[in-house]
Amino acid sequence: MTEIVITMGKIAFVLFCVFNLLYVLLWLERKQSAVMQDRIGANRADIFGLRAWGLFHPIADAIKMICKEDFMPAAADKFVYTAAPFLAVFFSLVGFAVIPFGDTLTLGGHTIHLQIADLNVGLLYVFAMLSLGVYGFILAGWASNNNFAFLGGMRAGSQMISYEITMGATVMGLVILFQTLSLNQMVQAQGEYFFGFIPKWGVLLQPLGFLLFLIAGIAETKRIPFDLPEGESEIIGYFVEYSGMKFGMFMMTDFIETILLSAMLTTLFFGGWQIPYLHADGFHLGGLRLAINPVLVSFLQVAAFGLKVFCFCWLLLLIRWTLPRFRYDQLMALGWKFMLPLSLLNLAITGLVVLL
Amino acid sequence: MIEPIMFYVTAGLIVLFSILVITARNAVHCAIYLIAALLSIAALYIYMHAEFIAAIQILTYVGGIMVLFLMVIMLINFNEESRMRKATGQWKAAILVSLTLAGLMLYFFFKGGPVITASVPAAGPVPVSGNTEIVGWGLYVPYVLPFEIASLLLLVAIIGSVLLAKGKADTWD
Repeated sequence: MTEIVITMGKIAFVLFCVFNLLYVLLWLERKQSAVMQDRIGANRADIFGLRAWGLFHPIADAIKMICKEDFMPAAADKFVYTAAPFLAVFFSLVGFAVIPFGDTLTLGGHTIHLQIADLNVGLLYVFAMLSLGVYGFILAGWASNNNFAFLGGMRAGSQMISYEITMGATVMGLVILFQTLSLNQMVQAQGEYFFGFIPKWGVLLQPLGFLLFLIAGIAETKRIPFDLPEGESEIIGYFVEYSGMKFGMFMMTDFIETILLSAMLTTLFFGGWQIPYLHADGFHLGGLRLAINPVLVSFLQVAAFGLKVFCFCWLLLLIRWTLPRFRYDQLMALGWKFMLPLSLLNLAITGLVVLL
Repeated sequence: MIEPIMFYVTAGLIVLFSILVITARNAVHCAIYLIAALLSIAALYIYMHAEFIAAIQILTYVGGIMVLFLMVIMLINFNEESRMRKATGQWKAAILVSLTLAGLMLYFFFKGGPVITASVPAAGPVPVSGNTEIVGWGLYVPYVLPFEIASLLLLVAIIGSVLLAKGKADTWD
């Protein structure tokens, strides 16, 4: 019974954090783009005259989308058309189930593992869910019965499949090094040190792998510079026929995938919840020791994980507002002729080094 | 108690979706039912505690192959042909094949296990533990030759398809 309550609590906590981060990102996207383009940005929505730097704008957005007419094209495939946005959101959210956001928390005699499910194939699970997410976009494009939406869906499908292969080949290097597919064990392994003081984070073991994973990951989230499936300003994408909250769900999916990608980058390459030199009983560095309450340690680790994820989200937003979009042939050439060979080379070199 | 119930529910779903694959009128709906059937099979693997196989099933079949299937079906407008398909004479042969298969299955089911012992080479004690590790060990230590032959076959198929596609491209320009 307590197990079920604890698991439900963890699920609620993760969803709470993801949706609140989503809210912050929606606000940050507008404000930051305004700063980068020398504008003032969204600041008009107010509650009783309180504007709070435009922080209420995402609420106003949500109210607007929910109140809008839920339009459906007459020739649309009704069931598939309605199911597509749900598929997209669902498969992007379930990926968080295997992300470890902390080590263990001991509260009132219970040892709680701060991860919803410690699957021994956690890494494959995330990739499987990412690959299932494609269906939301392809089916949305097809079910709208609109040629432009359909082409957008096709672009989404081919782009995500192409870059998934690079992503998979890239993380295999890490799997070889850590000898596990469990994300929790990967984070545990990143708590060790080179020469006793440099943290053994994935980014130091696999710098090329990190860059490839980052680029392929941005392509998976379908945001600029890889936003060919959407291209809302001119080539228009799979969601043209969607209105109201159904469109909002596709927009949410992009942001949820951004958060998931940041969480994966943190977990695989930046030590997850590890804080250098912080162990279960406090800070250790050479001869220096500083004892800290274990509950506080757990709290610090969860906070560190959140901070790392937030920094990556911020980096992804910065990239989104900095670069122009790729052309379709450039996208395919980059994926198949440049990144895939590099990731295979990375894999081969990693294997060779481990063998020698 | 819960495991057999889950098994029969999943098995029922597989049968249901498989029937829908061949009876649905719209080719895209057929593909969607096939995806659902493949996902249910992945659920069966999870009941058998073969998480690795389940993840690979989803990753390759549902996440990879079926996406390509779906794209091809959507790009070629199948709808006319799929309506015509009902009128073909294939169903007589299909009924014969499925009845034979059902008969064979029932025969072996009532005859019991000893009839179907295949001569699988003994693999010896497994030196590793863990789901993924056992699959990897099995593929690369006792069964490395069949595994490599299978990958060679796939390579031949890939090269063949590239060759076919290239031949056509040459005639275009």
